[in-house]
Amino acid sequence: MAEEIIIKEADEQEISINMGPQHPSTHGVLRLVLSLKGEIVNKVEPHCGYIHRGIEKMTESMTYQQIIHLTDRLDYLSAHINNGAVCLAVEKALEVEVSERVKVIRTIMDELNRIASHQLWWCSFGMDLGGLTCFFYGLRDREKILDIFEETTGSRLIQSYYCPGGLMADLHPNFQTKVKEFIKYFRKILPEYDELLSGNIIMMERAIGMGLLTKEQAISYGVTGPSGRGSGFSCDVRKHHPYHAYDKVKFNEVLRTEGDTYARYMVRMDEMRESMNIIEQLIDNIPEGDYVAKMKPVIKLPEGEYYQRVEAARGEFGVYIISKGEKNPYRMKLRSPNFSNLSSLDLMARGNKIADLVAIGGSLDYVIPDIDR
Amino acid sequence: MPFTFSIYDFTGFTQWIDTALRSACSPFWAVLWEMVIVGVLFLAFYAVVGLYLVYAERKVCAFIQNRVGPNRVGPYGFFQTIADLIKLLMKELIPIKQADKLLFNLAPFIVIITSFLALAAIPYAKGLHPIDLNIGVFYIMAISSMGVVGILLAGWSSNSKYSLLGAMRSGAQIISYELSVGLSLITICVLAGSMQLSTIVEGQRDLWFIFKGHIPAITAFVIYMIAATAETNRGPFDLAEAESELAAGFHTEYSGIKFAFFFLAEYMNMFIVASLAATIFWGGWMPLHVPGLEGFNHVMDFIPPVLWYVGKTVVIILIMMWFKWTFPRLRIDQLLTLEWKFLLPISLVNILIMAFIVLMGWYIGL
Repeated sequence: MAEEIIIKEADEQEISINMGPQHPSTHGVLRLVLSLKGEIVNKVEPHCGYIHRGIEKMTESMTYQQIIHLTDRLDYLSAHINNGAVCLAVEKALEVEVSERVKVIRTIMDELNRIASHQLWWCSFGMDLGGLTCFFYGLRDREKILDIFEETTGSRLIQSYYCPGGLMADLHPNFQTKVKEFIKYFRKILPEYDELLSGNIIMMERAIGMGLLTKEQAISYGVTGPSGRGSGFSCDVRKHHPYHAYDKVKFNEVLRTEGDTYARYMVRMDEMRESMNIIEQLIDNIPEGDYVAKMKPVIKLPEGEYYQRVEAARGEFGVYIISKGEKNPYRMKLRSPNFSNLSSLDLMARGNKIADLVAIGGSLDYVIPDIDR
Repeated sequence: MPFTFSIYDFTGFTQWIDTALRSACSPFWAVLWEMVIVGVLFLAFYAVVGLYLVYAERKVCAFIQNRVGPNRVGPYGFFQTIADLIKLLMKELIPIKQADKLLFNLAPFIVIITSFLALAAIPYAKGLHPIDLNIGVFYIMAISSMGVVGILLAGWSSNSKYSLLGAMRSGAQIISYELSVGLSLITICVLAGSMQLSTIVEGQRDLWFIFKGHIPAITAFVIYMIAATAETNRGPFDLAEAESELAAGFHTEYSGIKFAFFFLAEYMNMFIVASLAATIFWGGWMPLHVPGLEGFNHVMDFIPPVLWYVGKTVVIILIMMWFKWTFPRLRIDQLLTLEWKFLLPISLVNILIMAFIVLMGWYIGL
């Protein structure tokens, strides 16, 4: 080995190191090639594709009902929200009006999913910082949401609950009481999260001022979702282009201007509170009506191009469909939020330490199947 | 010499063994036999304490994290770590290509031997004190700081970048925190007027040093707890093996029983620093005595010294586990800042204050 190392001047020695594809803090099979100068990160080069499944290509030979099930597998932590994007695109193309009941249920489900996703992010962020206890606190509470999902949709992680024109099934009779119970419980438990991690001096020392991303950089890199909003980039699709029942509820877009790891952290913590507000407004007045609109068994979109974006837990998720009037899309492009968010990792991590890189990565909250598709 | 055995004083018992051996064989063989007996006892002690600290940590961490912890092997999972040890013993030792074989194999032994040697100088109970060196504190400090050599070698010889980074972090960390550990112990040595551990324990007959030396002693205790946690590479200072950054740090490439050596040594180091804290600050096996309260002191004397020692050590170990499972990890520069900018100046001033207090006789006690 010694012969291979070209010894330059002492301060120019760089080692390149593979972080991943198997590494505890890359949250999956992401491979980061780091150039290190001692502890300092000089360059981060993300290598994607270790879990590439060609979902965009697969959609070309599938019907729209089948595609729904593939979108679950992108960002598996916001499965409902991804389903919603495809359903909305198809409904927009066919000019189908779904009932108010469907809209409200979809909104509630999306927000529950957002809370569950942010809880899991909180778990793994704590673990990235070395606080292993956070993981179990977060999972304990996430379990309650998954139980609610299981009752209504039949599955816990990838539910495929939405379908073009409505929902696969009606709500379980227990749904409302369980959701109300959960919100009451979670409002009480959220300060515990703050005590354990948000207010911890070590966590604050490590997060405040680290991984700066300005608003301009966030816009030019296309960083959306909580990560973008932590930099003051007002990019909440729910607010700017309302879908489902978001135009009927009152909620604030959580914005912070600091652009550091702590800002991204706090945006997510506050978003969980906002999501609970949204659910509370809707849960007591779910209108009566059909849970699914009458649709033809074979869905053929009229010729044209359709785009629908939704606010997934990690940012703006977009579905772009080109149809030639067939039962399959001619071409389908999925805009996954994590892919653009990941591109800013190098910018933020440069010049910081390895430990900061892990914290910054944790604050971006990437889900690898969403990056690789 | 007649056979005597008392749970309150082991001196008679150990002297009886000594006399019996010396009457049976020549002094050379008697000493050799004594060494063998003590050595075997300590090996067993080491294994049992190491394994049950691992078990305790798993249970404590489970309780902190809303879990049950090991509960399958034996009642309450009591034999879980023994099963784990057997598994590790039977595992293949994976040879690393291009590793420095000699150093790679030597490193776990250095780590484990240093932690083993330090056990000898600790007073466990009255008369149960293997070697009462007149520089006992200094000896334990010196031996436990040798462990870093093993960690550095492990990181260097593994021929892995993660291991090397972990080892370098560990080197920087242990060498820095060694200072604070030493200075906080010296603060108490100033009060005790000796480095001999038996004298230090005897000096706490009227009152433990943490109360006797009031403000500087409490400051020294807090500094010692922080620095000792860092010195044993435990969370929140476990940068050397930061699993979210460096996979497993310096022992990434080790497998099987060699990995178990590092693992056991980590827990034994924790035991040693906890024992030392209990001995220096909380009186070791000395029961809690308060000057002036004769009745109270008599009641305390009924609790055997061994129990006092074990109880204090366990409390300190639990505090260290509580640290680990509550706090996130520090970053390397924050870690060094904490030591060089805060702990070290404070301990230096603390020694001065303690010296002044001792000089003026302002400490509590008789």
